[in-house]
Amino acid sequence: MTSPPPGGFAAAAGAGPYFGDFGGRFVPEALIAALDELEAAYEKARHDPEFAAELARLHRTYTGRPSIITEVPRFARHCGNARVLLKREDLNHTGSHKINNVLGQALLTKRIGKTRVIAETGAGQHGVATATAAALFDLECVVYMGEEDTRRQALNVARMRLLGAEVVPVRTGSRTLKDAINEALRDWVTNVATTNYVFGTVAGPHPFPAMVRDFQRIIGEEARAQVLEITGALPDVVAACVGGGSNAIGIFHAFLDDPVRLVGLEAGGEGVATGRHAATITGGAPGVLHGARSYLLQDADGQTIESHSISAGLDYPGVGPEHAWLASTGRVEYRPVTDAAAMEAFLLLSRTEGIIPAIESAHALAGAIELGREAADAGRRDTILVNLSGRGDKDVATAARWFGLLDEGEL
Amino acid sequence: MTTATTSPTAARVDAARAEGRAALVGYLPVGFPDVETAVAAARTIVEAGVDVVELGLPYSDPVMDGPVIQAAVERALAGGVRVKDTLRTVEAVAATGVPVLVMTYWNPVLRYGVDAFARDLAAAGGAGLITPDLIPDEAGEWLTASDAHGLDRVFLVAPSSTTERLALTARASRGFVYAASTMGVTGVRTSVDAQARRLVEDTRRAGAERVCVGLGVSTPEQAAEVAGYADGVIVGSVLVRALLEAPTPAAGLARLGRVAEGLAAGVRGGAA
Ligand SMILES: Cc1ncc(COP(=O)(O)O)c(C=O)c1O
Repeated sequence: MTSPPPGGFAAAAGAGPYFGDFGGRFVPEALIAALDELEAAYEKARHDPEFAAELARLHRTYTGRPSIITEVPRFARHCGNARVLLKREDLNHTGSHKINNVLGQALLTKRIGKTRVIAETGAGQHGVATATAAALFDLECVVYMGEEDTRRQALNVARMRLLGAEVVPVRTGSRTLKDAINEALRDWVTNVATTNYVFGTVAGPHPFPAMVRDFQRIIGEEARAQVLEITGALPDVVAACVGGGSNAIGIFHAFLDDPVRLVGLEAGGEGVATGRHAATITGGAPGVLHGARSYLLQDADGQTIESHSISAGLDYPGVGPEHAWLASTGRVEYRPVTDAAAMEAFLLLSRTEGIIPAIESAHALAGAIELGREAADAGRRDTILVNLSGRGDKDVATAARWFGLLDEGEL
Repeated sequence: MTTATTSPTAARVDAARAEGRAALVGYLPVGFPDVETAVAAARTIVEAGVDVVELGLPYSDPVMDGPVIQAAVERALAGGVRVKDTLRTVEAVAATGVPVLVMTYWNPVLRYGVDAFARDLAAAGGAGLITPDLIPDEAGEWLTASDAHGLDRVFLVAPSSTTERLALTARASRGFVYAASTMGVTGVRTSVDAQARRLVEDTRRAGAERVCVGLGVSTPEQAAEVAGYADGVIVGSVLVRALLEAPTPAAGLARLGRVAEGLAAGVRGGAA
């Protein structure tokens, strides 16, 4: 690791628009006014105790925060006997960490006076969270979702429609999350006067990476205090899955200036060497996609390469610029986890602890297995805090296929 | 904005102005339906009276483009078109004598190397770049490279741009400023937004010497209307559609020629 910046990593990360060489605003001029407006509204809200109080009230009475910590000893036996603690974002209303960000952005939408929200979604969790907030705040809601993902995550499509949102299947490009973002950006350019774009992760143009991070930071703030109370010490390792990177940055931030190892687990798909993966930092290169300079999967001509992952929520060829910076400084390690390893961890947590995780989160669990065993090999028994970013209900059909859980007639 | 003598595009716009008319800027994507036909298509629109050719570098994530151009670009990429094909196409089209601008999203240029791309574009006879997802605020490297290699840099303004941003963009641009007629993406539209006229006026007031209007201009009548207040009229989707909907490349070129002639008559005040 390069030596920490003066004042520490958390302070150096700052409020954007740049994280080291990464970040910025690579978008059509037509969007700059809206991004400025959003940034100004967020700056004001950030320093407004009333905004903080309103968001805290919603988290207490609607999201179900603080989310609990569960120690998982039976699972931990498979992690080289490490001590494993799960931060239970899966227990949030709507089933993942995405609601933390969406409630913040929905409150901002109200403050700006816009009446319509749009969102992109991959796994459908961010779309469901946005549709939920739109119902709560009486906003019109349109969610863009790659056609391929609408098939993989049909249950979440139905949930969004139940909540009153319009779901638009996107049929261009690879028909997954990246194309859903393109389509949402086109909608935003056209309807920016009435519409706020509720972006789902810490990627995109400034102010999204810093703003979404700030709304997700509550995960790490709670978890740090909870782990200290439960174990009397900081964890040795914090592990989280990285798609765009919002749950990971959310849990990492509170620990950036602690002597704690931070590990982001990327979707290794069929293996990084096969080229069929979504491990952007491990297997990508710096460039510009969706409004920010960061790492991305691209070919020699700078064309985006389609990503592959069994997990729709991690199936994205980009990653947030703050992660690119944290990787470049060496403060956070990024490792790939294959589909097979993630599914093994998925089954293991279900069988040993009675908790069915999201396949996204199962990548972090697989990371914990690997890290715990490495520590054991080195003669240590580490305490590993895992961000369980979501629950696996949406993934049951995928798991049933993967493990052959249903007979022909039951399918 | 620097003077006409250093910018081939500005010189061309000024020549049209000397004829008492607006310039016609025609967009076509490289490699659609294939590289050779795209070159023939560019020659066709030049013969029909297009003053400046805008060649689109096919990109996997064209967020400023509507369905027509998206479809063409997807087909070009599926056909295996590469960045070096864009440089080859520039060279072939520049041989007609008209200024050739490349319309490109930023990542392909970053990947190639900003200075290397500028050098090779200049060597191919290209006039400069139109950059739909690069604002002057992020363009430091490109400002330097375009100066070093004598290239035009066309940035966009939109109806939502503030006065300060209009001034910033006018200062950073060379060749002309691209005024997006409406809030939206490229496409064929039935009318050109009334706010386009105001945007042109505001952009001039902010210091731009040449302002061309694009997005949604599709008929000779619209071209004539926009030519009444702008220095240039930019057309794209309607040209691409002529190629896209034709049963054969030859039929596409014939149809493209007719469409371009109509638009060229439009900017000359002779709309059918
Ligand atoms: C449960 C869960 N975890 C993680 C992610 C990945 O997003 P991020 O990397 O922004 O946390 C998703 C995205 O859909 C998700 O649903």
